[in-house]
Amino acid sequence: MKTCLIVDDSSVIRKVARRILEGLSFTIVEAEDGQQALETCRSNMPDAVLLDWNMPVMDGHDFLKALRRLPGGDKPKVVFCTTENDVVHIARALHAGANEYIMKPFDKEIVEAKFQEVGLI
Amino acid sequence: MTPVEFDYLRHFLKKKSGLALSADKQYLVESRLLPIARRVGAANLGALVARLREPNSEALAMQVVEAMTTNETFFFRDKIPFEHFRTTMMPALLASRAATKRIRIWCTSASSGQEPYSLAMILKDMGAATAGWRIDILATDLASGVIEKARRGSYSQFEVQRGLPIGLLIKHFTQVGDQWQIAPDIRAMVQYRPLNLLCDFANLGMFDVIFCRNVLIYFDEETKIGVLNRLAQVMAPDGFLALGAAETVVGLTRALKPIPDKRGLYAPDRSAESGVGMMRSGAAKLTLVAG
Ligand SMILES: C[S@@+](CC[C@H](N)C(=O)[O-])C[C@H]1O[C@@H](n2cnc3c(N)ncnc32)[C@H](O)[C@@H]1O
Repeated sequence: MKTCLIVDDSSVIRKVARRILEGLSFTIVEAEDGQQALETCRSNMPDAVLLDWNMPVMDGHDFLKALRRLPGGDKPKVVFCTTENDVVHIARALHAGANEYIMKPFDKEIVEAKFQEVGLI
Repeated sequence: MTPVEFDYLRHFLKKKSGLALSADKQYLVESRLLPIARRVGAANLGALVARLREPNSEALAMQVVEAMTTNETFFFRDKIPFEHFRTTMMPALLASRAATKRIRIWCTSASSGQEPYSLAMILKDMGAATAGWRIDILATDLASGVIEKARRGSYSQFEVQRGLPIGLLIKHFTQVGDQWQIAPDIRAMVQYRPLNLLCDFANLGMFDVIFCRNVLIYFDEETKIGVLNRLAQVMAPDGFLALGAAETVVGLTRALKPIPDKRGLYAPDRSAESGVGMMRSGAAKLTLVAG
């Protein structure tokens, strides 16, 4: 089973995302901010990361840049999932090494389509 | 709605659009047509049926037919046919049409435009390979409402997140308020016009590629056969037909054959003599159905 790290400071979003991704047969790990997420990745690199942008301590963008510099950090497929729904943010995310981008609000269909897009399902 | 009225609507829809409704679809008819009844001031579906039977009810008939269409679609739907387009159909056609540098593509049931625009984006991203070529994409649909939307090329955030890779979104769309507008150069690559697949389309000329996806599923077998046979007649001998994931030519016509190892892809089969026989009878039957 593939693992997906869900990084979001909202427990509600994490719960919704967890339910969707478990339905797609992922094992879920959660983190509340970029710093926590980075620590998780250092000890156990996931196959996928579903990543919020705005979070306390370390935001999603900084996390992604740090992740891509870690040994094996190029491996996880990173899908942003954020309310930052404009071209500038999307371009910055892709530049930092994001594989896909979900604009909130999202539903199961969108998550599934995006995870398919990057070859996770 | 009485059984007689439901029966009338079933026959009416089959004749007008090919839609084959099973007897258990009364709820569907009701949910789709009650809003129309209300809009035109008919008290119930019985009254709407009575109006449909009146002379000069063509405009109302069109509304009813359109309301019963299912327009579900998304960008790069099912992926595989679009991969086939990029890696099989286009390379073959770029080689075989090098003298004329002309390729004609037809999306027969394009709905709100995601399918033809997906093809247009692929062509655009082929860049230099198609420079100097004239590649036409004709996109048609029975329903005028979706054609209008397709022409506008403006999609909601939800629509652009189904099937469209994020890289293509920021490359070929601009954000206008909460909508995403497809780029003018992509939009200009597709011509839209209304067309009913039950009607004669031989006057459209010959095509190298036809996408006829997720529409035959709504037809009964006889109508499928008729449409497939007439599609075969407007295909170049080395042309390609892409059907939907749940559609096939197998068992329906010998005028078309599956292309080995290319799921959902078909080619004209002019070798089969009996195929021609089936082709003619299919077309004749269909004229009756469509008339
Ligand atoms: C489910 S959509 C498929 C759209 C697109 N081809 C795809 O695969 O995503 C089916 C479309 O077929 C159109 N349609 C139904 N009956 C038709 C007919 N007789 N002639 C042409 N189009 C028809 C409907 O209006 C609808 O937009």
